Amino acid sequence: MQGEQGPLSGVRVLDLTRVWSGPLCTRILADFGAEVIKVEHRASRGPAVVPDSYARASGFYPGGQAGQRPWNRHGFFNEMNRNKLSLTLDLACPEGRALFLRLVSISDAVLENFSPRVLRNLGLDYPRLREVRDDIVLVSLPAYGLEGPYCHRVAYGTNLETEAGLTALMGYPDGGPQRLGAAITDPIAGVMGAAATLMALLRRRQTGEGCHVEVSQLEAAVNFVGQALVAFQIWQREAPRLGNAHPWRAPQGCYPCRGQDRWLVISVGSDREWEGLCAAMGRPEMALDPRFATFSARWQHRRELDEAIALWTQGLDAHEAMAALQEAGVPAAAVLDGADLARDDHLHARGFYVSLRHPDAGRHSYPGQPIRLSRTPASFRSDAPCLGEHNRYVLQGLLGLSDEELERLEAAGVIGERPP
Amino acid sequence: MTALPLAHVRALEAGRGAAAAFCGRLLACFGAQVVKVEPPGGDPLRREGAPPDSQGPGPLFLYLNAGKLGISLDLDRADGADLFRRLAARADLVVEDLGPGEMERRGLGYPSLAAANGDLIYVSISPFGSEGPYAAFRACDIVLYALGGYMYITGEPEREPLQGPPWLPSYLAGAYAFVGALLALWSRQAGGGGQRVEVTELEALAGSHQWTQTLFNYSGTVQRRQGNRYYFSHPNSVYACADGHVSLSVATEDQFERFCLMLGMPELREDPRFANNAARCANAQALDETVAPWFRHRRRDEVVALAQELRIPAAPVLNLGEVLSHPHLGERGFWQEVEQGTLGRLLLPGPPVRLGERATLGPAPAVGEHNRQVYGGWLALDESQLERLRGAGVI
Repeated sequence: MQGEQGPLSGVRVLDLTRVWSGPLCTRILADFGAEVIKVEHRASRGPAVVPDSYARASGFYPGGQAGQRPWNRHGFFNEMNRNKLSLTLDLACPEGRALFLRLVSISDAVLENFSPRVLRNLGLDYPRLREVRDDIVLVSLPAYGLEGPYCHRVAYGTNLETEAGLTALMGYPDGGPQRLGAAITDPIAGVMGAAATLMALLRRRQTGEGCHVEVSQLEAAVNFVGQALVAFQIWQREAPRLGNAHPWRAPQGCYPCRGQDRWLVISVGSDREWEGLCAAMGRPEMALDPRFATFSARWQHRRELDEAIALWTQGLDAHEAMAALQEAGVPAAAVLDGADLARDDHLHARGFYVSLRHPDAGRHSYPGQPIRLSRTPASFRSDAPCLGEHNRYVLQGLLGLSDEELERLEAAGVIGERPP
Repeated sequence: MTALPLAHVRALEAGRGAAAAFCGRLLACFGAQVVKVEPPGGDPLRREGAPPDSQGPGPLFLYLNAGKLGISLDLDRADGADLFRRLAARADLVVEDLGPGEMERRGLGYPSLAAANGDLIYVSISPFGSEGPYAAFRACDIVLYALGGYMYITGEPEREPLQGPPWLPSYLAGAYAFVGALLALWSRQAGGGGQRVEVTELEALAGSHQWTQTLFNYSGTVQRRQGNRYYFSHPNSVYACADGHVSLSVATEDQFERFCLMLGMPELREDPRFANNAARCANAQALDETVAPWFRHRRRDEVVALAQELRIPAAPVLNLGEVLSHPHLGERGFWQEVEQGTLGRLLLPGPPVRLGERATLGPAPAVGEHNRQVYGGWLALDESQLERLRGAGVI
């Protein structure tokens, strides 16, 4: 239907994932042309009525308005689910499961990020899926793993981040552990999930055999601290909390600029960059000062340097200072807030943001696809689907159900276009 | 049948950063033969993090390059670039992060290599790409965190924004590039030949936000950093226990009900300040002060166990030593053991995806360790030819 362009056109994916990691994973597959059918419970997008006070306070609804169909207007859902189709199905009832299995029989891959017992309890585990489609690829993105002592623990990315050791590598020098502003382990797992799906499909093409592939979100995240874990084994000590400093770049830090909560980062990685910074600050004598002549001297006196730099930056515009320092060959950047990021000239010049129109949410710009392929690029064919928007396409077009059957399913609440 | 999915893939990696090396690492994890091309003096990151009195590579190099073949080659010389061209004619993939224009300057850009090998997949990773206002900008972790929008939302509200963990922007770009390489391999099998794959570190970060841009685009809301608290739900933060910290995340009303049960504070549910998620977010400070003593009087692992028993997402804040001795990871056979010369046995993270059989990774190579194997095997150069290249300083 809509998956006719891109390298994955002709690949059909059933998407049971929710929240962030899984939807980001299937968004990659959908951007590159897979037909991704989101199989959603009618209640999965929240209630039919959202108070306007909440809509305003949360910021997730266009113009702060919940609107007539708030379940189709949530920004987070819409950002993660472009290019996908929506089928509502209640997997808790036998009829929903039977329809799901019929879909499995005509699909290539099923993706899920439940905890390990959910599919088993639904009677939809890998052996069961294989009975209807021998070469099906099942991709699971559990928090900890399908097996192992913690496999039944529950976690979000905000928890896995601290358990994987990422938190041990950041934080203010005088403070406690600090989490990132967004749970980065979710996109990490999502990207690895896309890799898992593609490798399983590649192997299926060679061998004719499907498989059950697993991405433990914890294990994927631990891959992002590998160098620190090796360093721990060599040095036999924990990494110090360095704040915004760097073990072999000095001065480096985040300095206040003109305006409310505006900041500039500067990072000096060589003597030449140090000279460039001194010249830009109008302090050429500092470049000659033996206390700052080498990296180790600058590192030793970094607090003094941080103070001098902050005095200089506080009257400057962060974007102008970034441009001037970069021009002088000094790594520097304005600290972009959400508004700056969404409007960033560079990202727009590269065509990173995509503008999509949603029937219930209106036209908005969204982050595009970081993976750029020259011959078979990603395409942005449609905004996120409305709840149940493709019930008819999937159940009639793909499975051949009659009008009467569709009406009966709707009356029984198995499918629908509104939350219950 | 559990053959490694990339068993027949040959990749040539030319880089100076962690992004191409991480992409190459992922390829090697799943069975590809990855040849790391280093200048005769060694990769610039070879000694990164190594003890000053030691010899040999540091932890970053060891981690990223375990299991690769190492060859030396001076790409700045015409005969060196020519040798690279001949290797690329026999490769499925080239992965590079030398920076925009660097490969082209040496005659090794995609069009020239594709002319000799139409099936070649050419993966380029750079901080900002070759076009746009930041194309010539210098980058490092903190610059990428700042421009990628992660820094503004990280840290305490009354303090300066905070950078994230080291190398993560490069690793993330390497991971996206890995997916790009797999898409190109899939597409090549369907006919049509190779292509160019491009990923920038900036877009990898800017494309991995939960809702930073969309909040602004939908309602003009600018997400501010709020310490360990989560934008969208509360209680969702890091709590200090008697002997460490726990990261606990309540996102639904059910979970909050169980949270109150766990604390033995049913009255919290009746408190109008905590009546729903929006109220709890608005009164997060008051809620945290109310619950802090409960956490402070209990051990970290005890809190995690109690929370998990009630299906409340919670995990300990671990240091590196604890990650290495993590019971779940150990039991699952996650770690990969590598014998690394005088350093002895090292544990490296295992592959991030489990699809049956697992590649056995050897140690990270010494500079030019596999010159004979690669130049001999791929290009059929004999010992006298290699000797001549060595003498001329090409390898």
